Amino acid sequence: MPDSDPSTNSHVRVGVYVCHCGTNIAGTVDVKSVSEYAASLPGVVVAREYKYMCSDPGQGLIQQDIAEQGLNRIVVAACSPLLHEPTFRRVLKRAGINAFFLQIVNIREHDSWVHLDKGAATQKAKDLVRAAVRRVSLHKPLQKRQVPIHPSALVVGGGIAGIHAALTLAEAGKQVYLVEREPTIGGHMAMFDKTFPTLDCAACILTPKMTTVGSHPHIKLWTYSEVIQVEGYVGNYKVRIKHKPRYVIDDLCIGCQECIAACVYKEGKTPDEFNLGLSKRKPVYLPFPQAVPQKVVIDPETCIEFKSGKCKKTCIEACGDRHAIDFKQQESVDEIEVGTIILATGFKTFDPKRNPNYGYGRYGNVYTSLEVERLINAAGPTGGELVLRDSNKPKSVGIIHCVGSRDSNTNRWCSKVCCMYSLKLAHLVRERTGAEVFNFYIDMRTPGKGYEEFYDRLLDEGVHFIRGRVAEVSDFAAHPSEEGKLVIRAEDTLAGFVRRIPVDMVILAVGLEPQADAQDVRRMFNISCASEGWFLERHPKLAPVSTFTEGVYIAGACQGPKDIPDSVAQAGAAAAEAMALIDARFVELEPYTAFVLADECSGCKSCIPLCPYHAISFSDEKRKADINEVLCKGCGTCVAGCPSGSIKQNFFEDEEIFEEIEGVLAYA
Amino acid sequence: MPDRPPDAVIKAEFEPRIVAFFCNWCTYLAADLAGTSRMKYPPNTRVVRVMCSGRVDPQFVLDAFAHGADGVLIGGCHPGDCHYQEGNYKALRRFELLKRLLADLGIEEERVRLEWISAAEGDKVRAVVDDMVQELRALGPCKLEIGEAEDSLAEVAV
Repeated sequence: MPDSDPSTNSHVRVGVYVCHCGTNIAGTVDVKSVSEYAASLPGVVVAREYKYMCSDPGQGLIQQDIAEQGLNRIVVAACSPLLHEPTFRRVLKRAGINAFFLQIVNIREHDSWVHLDKGAATQKAKDLVRAAVRRVSLHKPLQKRQVPIHPSALVVGGGIAGIHAALTLAEAGKQVYLVEREPTIGGHMAMFDKTFPTLDCAACILTPKMTTVGSHPHIKLWTYSEVIQVEGYVGNYKVRIKHKPRYVIDDLCIGCQECIAACVYKEGKTPDEFNLGLSKRKPVYLPFPQAVPQKVVIDPETCIEFKSGKCKKTCIEACGDRHAIDFKQQESVDEIEVGTIILATGFKTFDPKRNPNYGYGRYGNVYTSLEVERLINAAGPTGGELVLRDSNKPKSVGIIHCVGSRDSNTNRWCSKVCCMYSLKLAHLVRERTGAEVFNFYIDMRTPGKGYEEFYDRLLDEGVHFIRGRVAEVSDFAAHPSEEGKLVIRAEDTLAGFVRRIPVDMVILAVGLEPQADAQDVRRMFNISCASEGWFLERHPKLAPVSTFTEGVYIAGACQGPKDIPDSVAQAGAAAAEAMALIDARFVELEPYTAFVLADECSGCKSCIPLCPYHAISFSDEKRKADINEVLCKGCGTCVAGCPSGSIKQNFFEDEEIFEEIEGVLAYA
Repeated sequence: MPDRPPDAVIKAEFEPRIVAFFCNWCTYLAADLAGTSRMKYPPNTRVVRVMCSGRVDPQFVLDAFAHGADGVLIGGCHPGDCHYQEGNYKALRRFELLKRLLADLGIEEERVRLEWISAAEGDKVRAVVDDMVQELRALGPCKLEIGEAEDSLAEVAV
């Protein structure tokens, strides 16, 4: 096994810096003893411990030692390298030595935070520091690669987050591609009637933004389209987008909707997706009156022409010389190049059939909150009338909170928005119908500007609040007053007994869940999901819209349950991050690429199929493999696979890793 | 050559020493998550960060055993989730071959593990380390005869 050759390391002067991180590390690891131990290691010139190495004075300490003591290798034992490796690399750079003469030792996340035994944790820290000192001695000077950035962005998802992100970028003059899989943008927000706590009409604040998106010179809007493939890397992504056929030519359709009126179906027969099946639509339809783009869609599943080919095609007649309808339209694919990507793919609502005790799907008058949003929406299926299935107005309504939230049987997380939208619905139900409203809650969660005040207002409006999780909703009448009603049975935990409350309508405040295909999307964009399935941010506090894939950002509820203000704020943040990247014009890539030692390559070609990026080519003339540094992403798979050891990976050279292995295992 | 353990270590109750190769994108992050979630697991692992589990050269594993490791844990992204598309599959292929080689060297198969641990699975890091430490405590120190191992490793490694 290769041992380090001491003669080449004689010039090495290592400084070791052990961070207390307040008490985060020092509470478990004896930092003084680690630092004293480090000082005794060969090659170490200075070893120090300090309260916060990442702070200005901490960084200054390293910089000063480099200048005064001629250090040329630095080991920092602190938090995860994913947090502060860039910080300390900048320190080295400022001090005038190569940024890669640094090795971070993770003694917080991997040590002090996960172990209780102080002696063992300190020993582990010493072992890791020793390995780092040995490894860093072998580090070579490296330079980050600079690649130009394509000055454009892809935004995936046309809900409020995607819309806001796209507009922010476009206003700054960046070319934006906005891809939405539904026939219209608007997302969930377009379905709402009013927004809490101000009771602004959702359409009034959203539709102007939608229209701007549709007509913005810097935004290419692709609805009814999906991303099918993503290749490349930060600054240079190649994305393929599939356009599903609308059977209507975008450029020719003017949105007059005469084809809808002329359709051979006099009445709609298909459940309307936008109204969650509460109304019917025709095979040719516009999702909702304010849809953007104002282009109709033909549903081949229900259109007679597609089924039998024998339709009178009155729609084509009505379209006349505009010739916008094309039954032969095929799926098409566009390929674009973008520098950055913002994912704003949103959420789905919890399916309350998973909680059968609430009777959803069994009792007609049990609705989800989203269905009620449509019912009370003036543009909805009932023109804004909140009515029961028999078209009568309800006299009493129960709103059940936390359906599919804070429940160990379904989803453990708090969906964050349900308390507030339940209050909003309670207010609107009382306003529209004068019904008695009962809210069944576990805890009222109303943090936010003006939210608690809205709750107070509802308390004054005479809405009833019962603290307790509902056991069941049934139509079993235990008393004549319960005949024909839905009975909500819940323990009132404040009063200390079980209540039975008969109501005409039950609204289930369903929680938010990751999209059904969130896992596919994250794979395609090479990002991670947290265990619940929400997209994982790079750091919950310091990089909340970044992901672990450079140049890919997340915004809105795809990252976790979020209300509209938070989604918009996050979309703005993601747009700013994307813009910062684009405006830098160049991006620096880690230099962890692999290279071939041509003298030692035997030309066996076994590395070539190992590379998923086709970065390795074979020169027939020289009989050697060659790695294209631009295509190499630095995984090191070919390095491990080379039978003659003639491929090396920068920063992860065999010798460096062997030194680290042997370093952690050495006893002194 | 590995160092001879100090007397204090020889006399103390056996604690396995595990070298863990964690990929930068999934398992290393999972271990970070275990930390930020303040999960507790035994302090027997020493993590060596690599960009991808596909970077784990079988020689790294042999080197660890030759230098006194009692176990080696390789952590990568779940199949289909590799940050580099398919490095973890390459790791799996090598791992299967490596296991045969280790068997020939008399190294019990419990001493080496390949685990798919995603960035979200901090608890899996805890569970895997817990389990492996318990198993290795029961199994005892790796009985690889050092001199012999160096010879046989020299043969396979070169």
